[in-house]
Amino acid sequence: MRVVEILESDEAIVEISGTRIRVRTDFIEDVRKGDYLIVHTGIAIQKLDKSEAESILDVWRREI
Amino acid sequence: MRFLDEYRRPDLMRKMYTKIENSGMRITIMEVCGTHTVNMARTGIRWRVKPWVKLLSGPGCPVCVCTEEDLWMAAEAMRMGLVVATFGDMVRVPFYGTSLEKERARGGRFRVVYSPLDALRLAENSGKDIVFLGVGFETTAPGIALALIEAENRGITNFSVIPLMRLIPPAIKRILERGEVKIDGFILPGHVSTIIGSKPYEFIVKEYDKPAVVSGFEPLDILGSILYIMRMIEEGKPEILNEYKRVVREEGNLLAKEIMGRVFSICDREWRGLGEIPCSGLELREEYRKYDAVEKFSLGDEVPEYRQRDRVKCRCGDVISGLIEPFECPLFGRICNPSNPMGPCMVSSEGSCAAYYKYGGKMGER
Repeated sequence: MRVVEILESDEAIVEISGTRIRVRTDFIEDVRKGDYLIVHTGIAIQKLDKSEAESILDVWRREI
Repeated sequence: MRFLDEYRRPDLMRKMYTKIENSGMRITIMEVCGTHTVNMARTGIRWRVKPWVKLLSGPGCPVCVCTEEDLWMAAEAMRMGLVVATFGDMVRVPFYGTSLEKERARGGRFRVVYSPLDALRLAENSGKDIVFLGVGFETTAPGIALALIEAENRGITNFSVIPLMRLIPPAIKRILERGEVKIDGFILPGHVSTIIGSKPYEFIVKEYDKPAVVSGFEPLDILGSILYIMRMIEEGKPEILNEYKRVVREEGNLLAKEIMGRVFSICDREWRGLGEIPCSGLELREEYRKYDAVEKFSLGDEVPEYRQRDRVKCRCGDVISGLIEPFECPLFGRICNPSNPMGPCMVSSEGSCAAYYKYGGKMGER
């Protein structure tokens, strides 16, 4: 889910398929607009690492 | 890059399937995560790789591993006139001839919530005693801890939790200790590992000499993880690999672990199908004990008398332990289906019986 707005007090608005929801970000350091968050029961549990996301694709393209 | 479509590329999937088919291997891999269970069935991967790789579901569905005694405590709370707040999957799970849905028909009250924080808000806004049914693994536990910390900070006293949180690594250990099922490798849960990291699984290699991969949930993640396991078996070098590095860090989520440690301590817990497993549950620490619904309302002191012959022969316990696949249960698809579930594995959206029923593999012919 992509962060579209940062709110005060450990909350952010994220968007998935056009739907916007409010999530807690207590467990994530340094949330920024445009980050992708993994959200479970309304609480973000991790931020997606974009470079790792691309590197696993490279591994597959190369090895398979 | 949308971070989804890229992991569903048909051309790469086709190549991966060919590699699996050409391996000439016949192995069994257990997955220990409800989301994997569903996605393997929904994408057809489970049936497609079956001749080479038997994908077996383990205790990865948090609803399914709860015992009847666990659920009875929620029914007791409802009978006392308390409002139970629960995730939706729990509502239709049968236990002792009843269910939360049936308890509501008798006049009890529950509210379905999306988040433990919603349950807390419900307590704050309604002024009623809200008992949250705290079901979940390491992924869900930090959120429950957060709700309890907020309750403490804001002085909310009409909120409590039935603590049923469970930990995945001890359950994997129990299955390996029992050794009743031949397992050649594990696909490890992506979101549980997001919290705990990959280190707590090291015993799988050190003590049992088996390979395991922390995996994401898209088709390429799952197929890629299968290929990693195959390679480790072929080379005879088992390791814990992390395929889901875009989300799972080696040390997990330190902030979430810190909050969990502040509120919970580790305890022994009974699992459906697996028995009592040492150090496999989370209970509230002394400072938070006043939010423990079991103590506050003396729940679970007595379980109802329930005659063995009244019990339908649901084999969810064997499904969870990997002893059988859903279609091997005599009830599956005959009298047990999602509209008339006999056990939690057919109720929960993450249960393996529900996944097999909805997405093919009904009679096991594939």
